[in-house]
Amino acid sequence: MSQAILQMQGVSKTFPGVKALDQATLNVYPGEVMALLGENGAGKSTLMKVLTGIYHADSGSIHYFGSPMTFAGPRDSMEQGISIIHQELNLIEELSIAENIFLGRELCAKGGRIDWPAMYREADKLLAHLKVGRSSREQIKALSLGEKQMVEIAKALSFEAKVIIMDEPTDALTLQETESLFKVINELREQGRGIVYISHRLSEIFQICDKLTVLRDGEFIAEREVAEMDEDAVIELMVGRRLDEYYPTVEASQGRVSLKVDKLSGPGVNKVSFELHEGEILGFSGLMGAGRSELMRLLFGDTRKTAGSVSLYGETLNLNHPSQGIAAGISYISEDRKGDGLVLGMSVKTNMSLSALAALSHVGGHIKRGEEAKQVARFIDAFNIKTPSEEQIIGNLSGGNQQKVAIAKGLMTEPKVLILDEPTRGVDVGAKKEIYELINQFKQRGMSILLISSDMPEVLGMSDRILVMHEGQISGEFDVAEATQEGLLAAAVGRNE
Amino acid sequence: MNTVKQPTAVSGKPKVNVAQWLFEQKALIALLVLIVIVSFLNDNFFTTHNLLNILRQTSVNAVIAVGMTLVILTAGIDLSVGSILALCGALAASMVAAELPLVVTICGTLLAGCAMGMFSGVLVAKGKVQPFIATLVAMTALRGLTMVYTDGRPISTGFTDAGDAFAYLGTGYLFGIPFPVWLMVFAFAGAWYLLNHTRLGRYIYAVGGNEEATRLSGINVDRVKIAVYGISGLMSGLAGLIVTSRLSSAQPTAGAAYELDAIAAVVVGGTSLAGGRGWIIGTLIGALIIGFLNNALNLLDVSSYYQMIAKAAVILLAVLADRRSK
Repeated sequence: MSQAILQMQGVSKTFPGVKALDQATLNVYPGEVMALLGENGAGKSTLMKVLTGIYHADSGSIHYFGSPMTFAGPRDSMEQGISIIHQELNLIEELSIAENIFLGRELCAKGGRIDWPAMYREADKLLAHLKVGRSSREQIKALSLGEKQMVEIAKALSFEAKVIIMDEPTDALTLQETESLFKVINELREQGRGIVYISHRLSEIFQICDKLTVLRDGEFIAEREVAEMDEDAVIELMVGRRLDEYYPTVEASQGRVSLKVDKLSGPGVNKVSFELHEGEILGFSGLMGAGRSELMRLLFGDTRKTAGSVSLYGETLNLNHPSQGIAAGISYISEDRKGDGLVLGMSVKTNMSLSALAALSHVGGHIKRGEEAKQVARFIDAFNIKTPSEEQIIGNLSGGNQQKVAIAKGLMTEPKVLILDEPTRGVDVGAKKEIYELINQFKQRGMSILLISSDMPEVLGMSDRILVMHEGQISGEFDVAEATQEGLLAAAVGRNE
Repeated sequence: MNTVKQPTAVSGKPKVNVAQWLFEQKALIALLVLIVIVSFLNDNFFTTHNLLNILRQTSVNAVIAVGMTLVILTAGIDLSVGSILALCGALAASMVAAELPLVVTICGTLLAGCAMGMFSGVLVAKGKVQPFIATLVAMTALRGLTMVYTDGRPISTGFTDAGDAFAYLGTGYLFGIPFPVWLMVFAFAGAWYLLNHTRLGRYIYAVGGNEEATRLSGINVDRVKIAVYGISGLMSGLAGLIVTSRLSSAQPTAGAAYELDAIAAVVVGGTSLAGGRGWIIGTLIGALIIGFLNNALNLLDVSSYYQMIAKAAVILLAVLADRRSK
């Protein structure tokens, strides 16, 4: 075994009331990809913040190329060769790709004048390397979420990093982008760099990582060779208990047709038709940008249709605003909790009741606070939402708990059709399973559910039937019994079987 | 079976931390400290007469700041308040001079102010014009309209019974307290109720916190925006009534730069210009700090030139203290 480039040993960090790290350990080896695993709140982010100097550890040591080291801050660690690619993108929307990559260290000609041609040239090289089909002159805001992530990666690469930390790098990437990322990771590995790979997608760990380190409640649990492990064993290390079934499926009797969509067209959606039944989970698979979220927003009334029809229990819907969608009995849980799903600065209670306030207040607009508190408490209890109180600011909760609040918000309006857009993105394994169980409860209660997910095992594990979208159209329909990852993928890229 | 600990969730109810509470109430404490210090420096300060005087002087800015708080909570800004005050004042003066019933004058003026505010609101919500620009347009246009309407000259309310009745709004006393102070208290109580107990209040915070999420939660964001600018206009109309009543005439230049004092009161009170965070009582405290400071500096014979610098220092201090608390 080669000597580690980076060794973090016995790192502890306490915040008021919380022991975030307790003797955590992480080794990064040259030419290897180290997976860093743990549930949300296990201490992964804190450990990375200690490494990059954002936090100072209470105790423990960091050795970098054999000598003890502390970093003054992210910039310092970056210049020393440790780059971190954050889950939350740190890009400036109004600036060009090249300006973002070289922010704060612009390539200058003599006299301090910015050497634009050189900067664009260098940035274009990096983009080409990552197979991003964009010019570095384009503004960040013109890019898709996946492309923005690639720019972040390009930025890290531009620092010639010895250690690269990737925090959920594929969360927003399309399959092709993921593929090219993995190619890049393989190249980096061959060049002898050390990579820390943080992801909730276990399949990726087995695909790309050499070793894995598991943290639980801030403690170091184990470092293992990936080849010696299987998914169940990894999950057991992470949660400290066995998960019975990863995707708990339940049987529910399917009722009559609830939602009927006929040749629906609108922004990004082209002649989509399908039927949804009571007690059915209809999965939507496809690549990013295939029009799945666009279709959902159309159904929800957020955008307007240009042709076709939608009916709910035989009643034709002509929606112009989300409020009308909600009134008709359709709830939409956004894929982007932080961006447009929750008001992060408000409390758990006020977020949860936001959609349902009309029903929770008198005609004049006076909120029945007692009734509201009762309902919120009921959902906190039923969804097992871990929060010190209903008045807690929701931004302080973990991703899984935030997501449960978002789902509770959608449920509070008592919808007939529930649209879940990437309901487990950025959610840890334990909370994921709880969310799956909730979804199954809704199904058993006869709710009709549309489930969009880019996580193929999730779609396959949860759905009764799966529709695949490609370029705004339905490109395949599968009964879950006969669906395979390969089949879904073929339909997702528009390849006819 | 292992239970999963949640490091983010601090167990139990947080204890009331005295230091933290004091820090959160820093605006109130600053106000009290100001009152105590000035009371020692000048014997005429802490007298019933002077305190009521300060409250009355503060009432106009405070009433405007109520509307401003709502607008700022939605991450907007309203520059048009001073112009609305002037035009509403002029309209009120003509109505009084025409000897219309007092109720008609008051309701007419308030409705006019509300409509003017809603004009900005529609520009912001439907026209997608930035609040700064939309209300700058309204501010300029309404000031121009005021000049056209008054021909650049003051409008007297006239020496009639109607004029005398109207004068009560700005100069009268109820239970020994100046009537404008009652109006101020009423405005704050109303806004407090609105923000804490009604749907619209929730929506105002939500729009300022995350407009997109609010819209997707099925809330008509446009309506919320039009409402807050409408309320701001209504409050400016009320301020116009007070000012006109007090002077028995409407000045075409009335209310110039009042928007800045109102914004200052809101900011000193701890409401974030980024929206979504703040409270109405803070605005009252902020307005009182500015009012007490002006009065104190007057009593201490500080020239009005220095008063402006002092006011600027207070605003800066408030904002810096607020930054630290984040």
